[in-house]
Amino acid sequence: MFSQLFAVRKKLDSKQRILVSILSFLVPLVVWSLISYVPFLWHPKVEITTPGDVSYFSEGMLIDREIFDTEVEVMITESKAIPDGLPANPIYLPAPHEVATALYTAFTTEPKRRNEKWLHESLWDSIQVIFWGFVISSIIAVPLGILAGTYDVFSRLFEPFIEFFRYLPAPAFGALAVAILGIHDAPKIAIIFIGTFFQQVLVVSNTTRKLDPSLLEAAMTLGARRLSLLFRVVIPGIITHLFKDLRILLGWAWTYLIVAELIGTSSGITWFITQQARYKNFENVYAAIIIIGIIGLTTDMILAQMGKKIFPWEKGAAKA
Amino acid sequence: MSQLELPSYLDQSEEVKDRFDRMKDRPVTLQVKNLQKEFDSPQGKVTALKDINFKTYKREFVCVIGPSGCGKSTLIRILAGLETPTSGEVLLDGKAVSAPGPDRGMVFQGYTLFPWLTVKKNVMFGLEMSGHGKTSSEEQALQWIDLVGLSKFANAYPHQLSGGMKQRVAIARALANQPRILLMDEPFGALDAQTRAKMQSYLHEIWKNIDVTILFITHDLDEAVYLADRVLVLKAHPGEVQEVIEVPVPQPRSPDQLLSPEFLATKRRLEELIHPKEEEAGINEDQLNMVRMVDVNNEVESVF
Repeated sequence: MFSQLFAVRKKLDSKQRILVSILSFLVPLVVWSLISYVPFLWHPKVEITTPGDVSYFSEGMLIDREIFDTEVEVMITESKAIPDGLPANPIYLPAPHEVATALYTAFTTEPKRRNEKWLHESLWDSIQVIFWGFVISSIIAVPLGILAGTYDVFSRLFEPFIEFFRYLPAPAFGALAVAILGIHDAPKIAIIFIGTFFQQVLVVSNTTRKLDPSLLEAAMTLGARRLSLLFRVVIPGIITHLFKDLRILLGWAWTYLIVAELIGTSSGITWFITQQARYKNFENVYAAIIIIGIIGLTTDMILAQMGKKIFPWEKGAAKA
Repeated sequence: MSQLELPSYLDQSEEVKDRFDRMKDRPVTLQVKNLQKEFDSPQGKVTALKDINFKTYKREFVCVIGPSGCGKSTLIRILAGLETPTSGEVLLDGKAVSAPGPDRGMVFQGYTLFPWLTVKKNVMFGLEMSGHGKTSSEEQALQWIDLVGLSKFANAYPHQLSGGMKQRVAIARALANQPRILLMDEPFGALDAQTRAKMQSYLHEIWKNIDVTILFITHDLDEAVYLADRVLVLKAHPGEVQEVIEVPVPQPRSPDQLLSPEFLATKRRLEELIHPKEEEAGINEDQLNMVRMVDVNNEVESVF
């Protein structure tokens, strides 16, 4: 059993795979639960239940354990009412059940001010920014990448500059983007675009170059020429890898989201997160972060399933 | 094999001789004139092919054989137009060719089927490239697939097929363009012995029934003698034509002939040409430097 689990590059059977996959989520959750629910693990604070005679204590207050202990001693020596409290974690680490509840209540809590947005509205804003940034980037980068991977002349023409540009951090263009595009969604889309585009051209051109050259040779001996080589061999030959690249790059686009949304007027999920942190509703902050993860993972899984449908030759093609 | 009393590979029966005479009256399909290929390498210029001259007649089956490094793959790639010669020319039906084209079909060792197309679409590829409409290409493709016995797999994808089946699709795909010559670069090299024997018979069947000249590269002596009308023997460093052997084994061929005296005589001749006796060549580098590494007390003291 043990040696089977750790066999080098051997696939586990399907039952084991599912179990281990569940474990990958379960382990962090268990660690989090232990820290939250076992009083002697960490818990550096004390939540006051009865303030006693300590003047600045009040019920529900979080106090550093050391301060609490000294106050208790002071009260004992002065023979006043002794305060009492329970071990607690800092406010920035809510327990799992609090975050779980927040996953629901965050959607149902009305915004504090009239002009503020509900969580689902904020999320929708974020998704639109990501979508447009990624789509515009892909529309330009994929053709350029394919050209660069197919024709050496385009590779030399595009790639040296792109290699240089991709080292420039996208957020560095924030101020510039605001100056040019205003303060609303446009500069945010631009940051996602800058963060994705340059990597995308290089990734796509690399994928294109990996196409087995003997397929091109075979096509040429069958009479394929120039454009038909490109459209009938190169593109269908790389499309499955291209699709995988795009899935990975979409994840990349998400990582630029938070920075992008801080530019100009703060908006979307980032606005929600900063706002909730300001109100010290950290369970909502965690809930929002988890929602981003869920959206990302779900989109990726949907795309993976779609890939299987669109490319029926994919299955097992890696082996062939 | 050397102990066996064999006739000369040059002896031809009346029947075989007559066939070769008639063959030489046929029009020439492919003619190679003074073909030379040099590569630049870090060690300087390397001559891969030197002054190659030969011709193939219409509907002839020619095998090209030679030791590794004799440039046989370079030769076939030049014929296909995938590489350009340094000098010399290749004439197909008297016309010089330089770029790849559908008049020279090619079958590669690595199958090279398009994994994103079904068997049928793979075979249709060349037909569509040469401007046939969809229905007419489909109709023809199905005929070729039927010819190689894969009708049941017309809608399968290449990854669902075995190696032998893939190579049959590749042959059908190349033949669908009705090329003047079919170039085959060690097409059965990756197949196991049984499949390979079966494929050789299939290929002969196809060749007999179709108007096509075949140039077949191999490093397998049996395969060369079994398949070919004539065998072009190359030698290495630089790649030159060493001899063109007319195979005295009568056509049509069958596996029973693998032990016939003509077959063995031809094979022995190829053996002499390709693996010359080492004393003569003065090369000893592929001798193993063996020391006895079996314990004296080993249960099996000697394997003899």
